[in-house]
Amino acid sequence: MDVVLLSRLQFALTIMFHYLFPPLTIGLGLLIVIFEYLHLRTKDPVWRAATVYWVKLFAVSFAVGVASGIVMEFQFGTNWANYSRFVGDVFGSALAAEGIFAFFLESGFLAVLVFGRDKVSKGFYFFSACMVFLGSVFSSVWIIIANSWQQTPAGSHIVQMMTPVLDADKNPVLDAAGKVVTEPWFIDGEPVMRAEIVDFWGLVFNPSTINRLTHTWTGCLVMGGFFVLSICAYYILKGRHLDVAKRCFKVALVASLVGSLLAAVTGDSNARMVAKYQPAKLAAFEGHFETGEGPTAIHVFGIPAFRGEHIYLPIEIPGGLSALVYREIPPKTPVIGLDAFRPEDRPPVFIPFVAFHLMVGLGCLFILLSLVGVFFWWRGTIFEKRWLLWTFVFMILGAFAANELGWITAEVGRQPWVVHPEIVRDEAGNPVYDDEGYIRYATIDKPAPGGGTRGTMIAGLRTADGVSQSVVAGQVLGSIIMFGLIYTLLFFVWIFVLNTKIQHGPEVVTAEEHDTSVGNLLDAASSRVDHHDTMTGGKDPDEPSPKP
Amino acid sequence: MDFNFVWFLLLAVLLIGYAVLDGFDLGVGIVYLAVKGDTERRLALNSIGPLWDGNEVWLVTFGGALFAAFPEAYATIFSGFYLPFMFLLFALIFRAVSIEFRSKRPGRLWRGAWDTGFSLASIVATLLFGVAVGNSVRGIPLDENGRFAGTFFELLNPYSLCVGLMAVALFAMHGTIYLYLKTEGDLQKRVHRWMWRAFGAFLIMYILTTIWTLTEVPRATANFRDYPWAWIIVVLNVLAIANIPRAIHKGKPGYAFVSSACTIAAFVFLLCIALYPNLATSNPSPENSLNIYNAASSDKTLGIMALIALIGVPFVLTYTGIIYWTFRGKVQLGEHSY
Repeated sequence: MDVVLLSRLQFALTIMFHYLFPPLTIGLGLLIVIFEYLHLRTKDPVWRAATVYWVKLFAVSFAVGVASGIVMEFQFGTNWANYSRFVGDVFGSALAAEGIFAFFLESGFLAVLVFGRDKVSKGFYFFSACMVFLGSVFSSVWIIIANSWQQTPAGSHIVQMMTPVLDADKNPVLDAAGKVVTEPWFIDGEPVMRAEIVDFWGLVFNPSTINRLTHTWTGCLVMGGFFVLSICAYYILKGRHLDVAKRCFKVALVASLVGSLLAAVTGDSNARMVAKYQPAKLAAFEGHFETGEGPTAIHVFGIPAFRGEHIYLPIEIPGGLSALVYREIPPKTPVIGLDAFRPEDRPPVFIPFVAFHLMVGLGCLFILLSLVGVFFWWRGTIFEKRWLLWTFVFMILGAFAANELGWITAEVGRQPWVVHPEIVRDEAGNPVYDDEGYIRYATIDKPAPGGGTRGTMIAGLRTADGVSQSVVAGQVLGSIIMFGLIYTLLFFVWIFVLNTKIQHGPEVVTAEEHDTSVGNLLDAASSRVDHHDTMTGGKDPDEPSPKP
Repeated sequence: MDFNFVWFLLLAVLLIGYAVLDGFDLGVGIVYLAVKGDTERRLALNSIGPLWDGNEVWLVTFGGALFAAFPEAYATIFSGFYLPFMFLLFALIFRAVSIEFRSKRPGRLWRGAWDTGFSLASIVATLLFGVAVGNSVRGIPLDENGRFAGTFFELLNPYSLCVGLMAVALFAMHGTIYLYLKTEGDLQKRVHRWMWRAFGAFLIMYILTTIWTLTEVPRATANFRDYPWAWIIVVLNVLAIANIPRAIHKGKPGYAFVSSACTIAAFVFLLCIALYPNLATSNPSPENSLNIYNAASSDKTLGIMALIALIGVPFVLTYTGIIYWTFRGKVQLGEHSY
C-alpha cells in the first residue's frame, strides 16, 4: 500500500472520529444556553437540574473532542506536509483566529461551567455558558472558512515563494534599510509555488463559506436536538426524571424541527452552489455520467457500480436535477455531467453518491419525525406514544450518521483535489471548454529561472501531491493501527461514562435544599476553596468512583 | 523589527506558556507513582483536575501558530519527527483517558493499571518534548528542499536523550513544587522530600546538559557573540535555579514555584536564542536550514495574524487569570473527586 492511500485512510479515520463530537457540543451548547436562560428567568429548580445534568454530558463529549482534535492539527504536518506548505499562508489567518478566539474561550469558560457552578454568580454562570457556546461557534466559523477556501478558493493567488539571498558565509543579505533581500525560489530549476492571501475578507467570504457554514450549523442543531430527545425519550419511557425529561424534550423538539427544516433549505442552496462552482462534485453526488441533451433526471434511489459508469436499481424523477439546480419549470437545461471533465479530474462516484443520498434521506426522516412529534405535542398525547418515543431514542444514531455523511459527501466529492481549482469562465459566466471538449480549470504560468515562464500548472492541488515525502508507508500503517486501538478505547470510555451519567440522571434540588447546600459551600469556601470535580465527574453521590 | 521576528517571539511566548503550565501537570504525572495509597493518589490527580485540559490548549495554539506563520518549518518538523510525534499524540491521549477513567471503578488492578498508564504517558510525553528540543538545538539533517533526510533512530541520539532526561527532571521538580503547594499534612511532608530529590536530579542533568551543549554543539552558543545581552538570560536562569532550594529551605514554596516557572521560561528563551534565526537547523549542511524568512508565510498573512493576536491575546490572558483564581487554594477530596 502506498503512503497516499494510507494517509487518506488515517485522515478519514481520525477526522470521522473527531467529528462525532463538535456538532454535538455546538448543538448541545446552544440548548444548555437556552436551559440556563430559562432557569435564570423562572428560577425554577427543574431548569437548574436540567443545566447541571446536560453540562456533565457536554463535558464528557468535549474532553474527547479536544483529545481527538489535537491529532487533527498535528496530522496536517505529519502526513500532509506538502499540502501544509501549499496552503499554510492562506490557512494562517483562519487558524490563528481559531486558536486565539475560539480555543481559549471554550476551554477557559468550560472550566467555570463544569466546576464553577457554586463559585460564581448566576449571571456569570449564564455568561460562561454563552461563552462556551460562542467559542465553539467561532471554532466552526474559522475551520469552515479554511475548508471552504479549499472547495472554492477566493481572496488568494498562487505565486512563487521567495527565499532570502545568502552571502558567501550563507548568511542572509540585508539591504540598506536592514530588510532581508529575497529572490524567487527555485529548487533544481522548478519554482516553489504556494497559495498566498491577497484579500482577507475575500478569503473569509469565499463563494461557499456562508452556504456551508449555515448547513453545518443546522447539522449541529439537529445533533443537539436529537441527542436531548433521545435521552429524554428514554427517561419518559422508563418513567424516570419525568419533570426534567418532559420539559427538555419539548425544547429539543423545537430545536430539531427548526434544525431539520433549515437543513433542507441550506442543503438546497448548498447543492446549487456546488453545481455552479464544483460541477464535477454534484455530478458525483447524483451519479450523473453523461451531460446529454435536455433536462437531467434526479436519482431518488440507486446503487452505483464500484467501477464503471452505472447506477443499479435506479428510481429517477425525470428533469428533477435540472429543476432543482436551475429552478426551471418545466426543466429543459442539462446539468453538467462527469463526461465534461478529464478522466483524471473526476471524483469517485460510489462514496459521494451513497453518502449524499443517505444524508438526504435521513434529513427527510428528521423533518417527518419532528413534524409528527409536534403534531402529537399539539394533540397533547406525545408522551403516550411509546412507538414514537422509542423511535426518538434510536434516532440519535441517525443524527450522528447524517453529520458524518454530510462531510464524507463534501470531502470525497472534492477529489481528486485537496485544493479545488477554479473553473475558467467566459464573460457570461459559463464554463469554457478546451479543444477536446473538457471543462477548463484555471492554470498559472510557471516561472523559469532567469525570468520568463516555462509551462503551466493547474491552480489547485491534487490530494496525491499533498503528502509528506519523508514519511514511509510502514510508519503510517503503524500510526493507523495505533489510532485504531486508542480511538476504540476512547470511544468505549466515552460510551461508558455517558451511560453512567444517563443511568444516574438529573437531580432536582428544591430551592430550600439548594440554599442550604450553597450555604454549606460558602462556609467551606470561606475557610478553604477546594476543587474536587472532574471534567467528567459531576456531583453524583452514587458514582462508583469516590469511595476508595 | 519585521513581522517574521514578531511571530518568532509570539511562538516563543506560546511555548513558554505551554511549558510552564502543562509542565506542572506533566510533572505531577511523572512523580505520580511515588505517591502511595489510593487517597493520596486521588489528591495528586485532583490537584491538576480542572487545569490540565486548558493547559494543553497552549500546545494546540502553538502548533496552529507555527503552521500559520512558518508553514515550511511546520511541515518539515512535523513530517520529519513522524514517529516521535505519533508517540507523543499517543501519550497525550492515553494520559487524558487515564485521568478520566481511573476512578470510575474500584479495584486495585483496575486503578493500578490506569495509574501506571497516566504516569508512563506523562514521562514519555515529557521525554519526547525534550528529545524534540535536543534535536532542534543540535540540528537535523535537511536536504536542499528543506525536507527531513534522516531516520527515526538518528533522532534518538545521545545528546537529545540527555536533553529529554533533563526535561523529565525539570518537570518533575516543577510538578512536585506545585503538588507541595496544593497538598497538606503527611502527603505534603513526603512531597517535600521528593522536591529535594527532583531538584537534585534536575541539577545533575542541568550541569551535564550545559557542559555537553557548550562542548559539542557550538552552534547553540554562536548567537551569544552577536547578541551579548543574551547573557542576561543565562544569569537570570542560574539565579532562578539557585533560588529554588533557597525558597524551599526558607519555607516559601510559592517563590520556589515562581522560580521554577522562571527557570522553564528561561530555558525556552535560551532555546530560541540558540535557534535564531532558524526554526529548523540543518546539520550537516547548515545552508539548508529553515529560518524565519525562508519558511515564513507572506508579510500580509503575518500582519493579519499579528492584528488578530493583538486583539485576542488580552482576552486570553484575562480568562486564564480568572480560571486560575477560581481554582486557587489547597486540593481537598470530596466524595465527587476523581
